[in-house]
Amino acid sequence: MADSPPRIMRPTSPHLQIYRPLITMMMSIVHRITGCALYFGTAILVWWLLAAAASPSAYATFSTVAGSWIGRLILLGYTWALLHHALGGMRHFIWDMLHGFGPKERVLLAKLTLGGSITLTIVVWAIGLAIKS
Amino acid sequence: MHSPMRTPLGRVRGLGSARSGTHHFFLQRLTALGNLILTVAFLIIVMSVLGESYSTVHTTLANPVVAVIMLLALLSVTVHMRLGMQVVIEDYIHTEGMKVALVIGNTFFTTVIGLAGAFAVLKISLGG
Ligand code: HEM
Repeated sequence: MADSPPRIMRPTSPHLQIYRPLITMMMSIVHRITGCALYFGTAILVWWLLAAAASPSAYATFSTVAGSWIGRLILLGYTWALLHHALGGMRHFIWDMLHGFGPKERVLLAKLTLGGSITLTIVVWAIGLAIKS
Repeated sequence: MHSPMRTPLGRVRGLGSARSGTHHFFLQRLTALGNLILTVAFLIIVMSVLGESYSTVHTTLANPVVAVIMLLALLSVTVHMRLGMQVVIEDYIHTEGMKVALVIGNTFFTTVIGLAGAFAVLKISLGG
């Protein structure tokens, strides 16, 4: 956090505008976007807890909103973001242990993260819908 | 004192690093691991009360094991998301005043979220 103003304005490296999108780069961006989405998604979780702590009617309000189609869409998005970000985090753990940097492994890990998060989201919702009905 | 790792200009300016980088990195990873374990537990808890009545949800959350898992999850997640969002702010906001304001706002938001959630869990499990 200790930045002093630069004395010379040097050109910054062009990045997003100039590089062809690669799956590894997209997964890096998506890890950040899902992290930021989850940041605000935590507020939904806390609303759920506060509603359960407050009263049956507060809980009914939460349930109505969460059960509406838009509520479900947000919760579906939240589920995917959570699972995708969690798998992306595991990818970071692999990197932190100095594995998975080779050209093939990088791409494989990126594909596994995406495929895994979509599959897991479907599984979780299938179980959820089965339990509810 | 001559340190080969610093330029003369760097020493004159004396700003150096904030010296919290490694700690930040480590805590981000530590809470990531915490989040991973607690997220799985959290998903199981939520699935088990899906569509249940208010009293069932209340009784489930009042269970000491469930309550402690929820408290741990709130702690791990809010610490993690505060660190994560701080990096995002520092990466994109380059006006000093705005950056500091947002970093402070980030701390306030995550603290409010964490404590409000913890209060709810404690009220449910202790307040009857
Ligand atoms: C609700 C839960 C979570 C929230 C709100 C959250 C939020 C965030 C945010 C805002 C960032 C910063 C994004 C960036 O710098 O690009 C981040 C980074 C990170 N998250 Fe999470 N996260 C959550 C769960 C998890 C889980 C379950 C894992 C692990 C398995 C994880 C692992 C990581 C890692 C390793 C980073 C650092 C990435 C880097 O250094 O570039 N997170 N998270």
